[in-house]
Amino acid sequence: MSAPLLDARGVAKDFGGVKALKDVSLSIAPGEIYGLIGPNGAGKTTFFNCLTGLYAPDGGGFTFAGAPLKASAPHQAARRGIARTFQNIRLFAHMTARENVMVGRHVRTRAGVIGAILRDPRTRAEEAAIARRADELLHYVGIADRAHDLAKHLSYGDQRRLEIARALATEPRLLCLDEPAAGMNATERAALRTLIAGIRADGVTVLLIEHDVKLVMGLCDRVAVLDYGQLVVEDVPAVVQRDPRVIEAYLGAAPDEAGQGGAGEGGHA
Amino acid sequence: MDIFIQQIINGLVLGSIYALVALGYTMVYGILGLINFAHGEVVMLGALTAYSTITGLLGLGVPLPLAALAGLAVAALLCMAVGYTVERIAYRPLRGAPRLAPLITAIGVSIVLQNGAMMVWGRNYHAFPNLVPERQYDVFGATITLLQVLTVLLAALTMAGLMLLVLRTKLGRAMRATAENPAIAQLMGVDVNRIVSLTFVLGSALAALAGLMVSANYSIAHYYMGFILGLKAFTAAVLGGIGNLAGAMVGGILLGLIESLGAGYIGDLTGGFFGSNYQDVFAFFVLIAVLVFRPSGLVGEKVAERA
Repeated sequence: MSAPLLDARGVAKDFGGVKALKDVSLSIAPGEIYGLIGPNGAGKTTFFNCLTGLYAPDGGGFTFAGAPLKASAPHQAARRGIARTFQNIRLFAHMTARENVMVGRHVRTRAGVIGAILRDPRTRAEEAAIARRADELLHYVGIADRAHDLAKHLSYGDQRRLEIARALATEPRLLCLDEPAAGMNATERAALRTLIAGIRADGVTVLLIEHDVKLVMGLCDRVAVLDYGQLVVEDVPAVVQRDPRVIEAYLGAAPDEAGQGGAGEGGHA
Repeated sequence: MDIFIQQIINGLVLGSIYALVALGYTMVYGILGLINFAHGEVVMLGALTAYSTITGLLGLGVPLPLAALAGLAVAALLCMAVGYTVERIAYRPLRGAPRLAPLITAIGVSIVLQNGAMMVWGRNYHAFPNLVPERQYDVFGATITLLQVLTVLLAALTMAGLMLLVLRTKLGRAMRATAENPAIAQLMGVDVNRIVSLTFVLGSALAALAGLMVSANYSIAHYYMGFILGLKAFTAAVLGGIGNLAGAMVGGILLGLIESLGAGYIGDLTGGFFGSNYQDVFAFFVLIAVLVFRPSGLVGEKVAERA
């Protein structure tokens, strides 16, 4: 395997005695779609929060593209090229879809206070470029027609797409998706699958948390399973699917049933 | 002279000034959920700094328009520095503390600034120089001075500029994103601390302008002027819906009109029992009424959605 894009070493996080993450180490290669699965409360989202700087890990740390990530500095993580979406959608509800994506461009543009006040040609050119890129991304995720609607007025599926567009606007090298298919119907899931595959094809590495086992197994190159904050197994989907520990901890059913969508929803270890 | 039109004119002038100050309250509240009670003192510092700069320059023989501009610039720079510093040393360490802590700190900062100003400028009232020629125009039987026209125009232009900044620029988008959800804005690469600093700096610049306007219109500046003015501007912000920029402007103008018309007619209505010296009562009467009947303000959304 080539040098990993993301290398997590011994990441640990406690919440007042509850060990949400215990010594989690994994590495993601550039260009991979990497799945992170596990029962509810296994620590998947906590892992995302540590990675994106929302939490400071209590132990271990991350190396991203060859350099360590500063703990607890979200805007630094964005600058370095890590973007994410949220399990419970967190858009800027009172801004339009287009403005939401434009905020995502913040980290890749230069204009500052002086530019905002003077409105010099360079600033205006940059504004135009931001708007253009936002429109492209809305088109890319398939909601170009909703550009001028407030985010809160979008349908659930469209809000999830908007979150992806906003994350892509930061030009990430690693895109972290936290249950992007939650609450989507079969058609929307199929479209999402095409979208994620397309994002990878465009050179972005994807880290995917998802309960829809069918989606994960069909889409991911490698899958890691978390249970009680510990990494149980990390391998290609075909192996993970057959691992007895995984079946016991997460799938709770015979391997052949694991292929059926949503099998993980009720999975409590 | 038509009293009604005259009071409308006076109310608009006063209201424009309230609106400028109210914007400072509302911007900070929108982003931090903090009532910056020290904001009124920043207005006072703006007025006194402008006073010292302008009288100093006039004494050196600098022509009036130039001295007035320099006064505004120096006052704005000083207020911006004060706003930045206050946020940095008094409010930032309390980010995430219970709401009461920064509120009490704000009152403390207000007292510090007031007493600091008293040490520098003394307890006396200072006569503020006339900044523009005393020209008067007749409007439907009422008089409007050139200074009043300029005050309203400059305030309107400044507010229009602020709205453009907030609605149309990258900086404004970052401010709105931070107001809605600082954690997520940060994940998008917005440096939230920088945005908070900028909000204080911008609000303080507006306060400096307002300070200059108050003193120019009432020909007076003193260390205690910020207290009541701040309270009234806060009332205006609440009246419009705190956290909402358009609300602060509407609230400011409306409060100016209410005060002005109230003061103009209270004597007649009560048979001379109350005089125009009761002007201040109206603002606080409005504050109580809004808090009782419509806490979210005129333009405001439900407070819960903001907080």
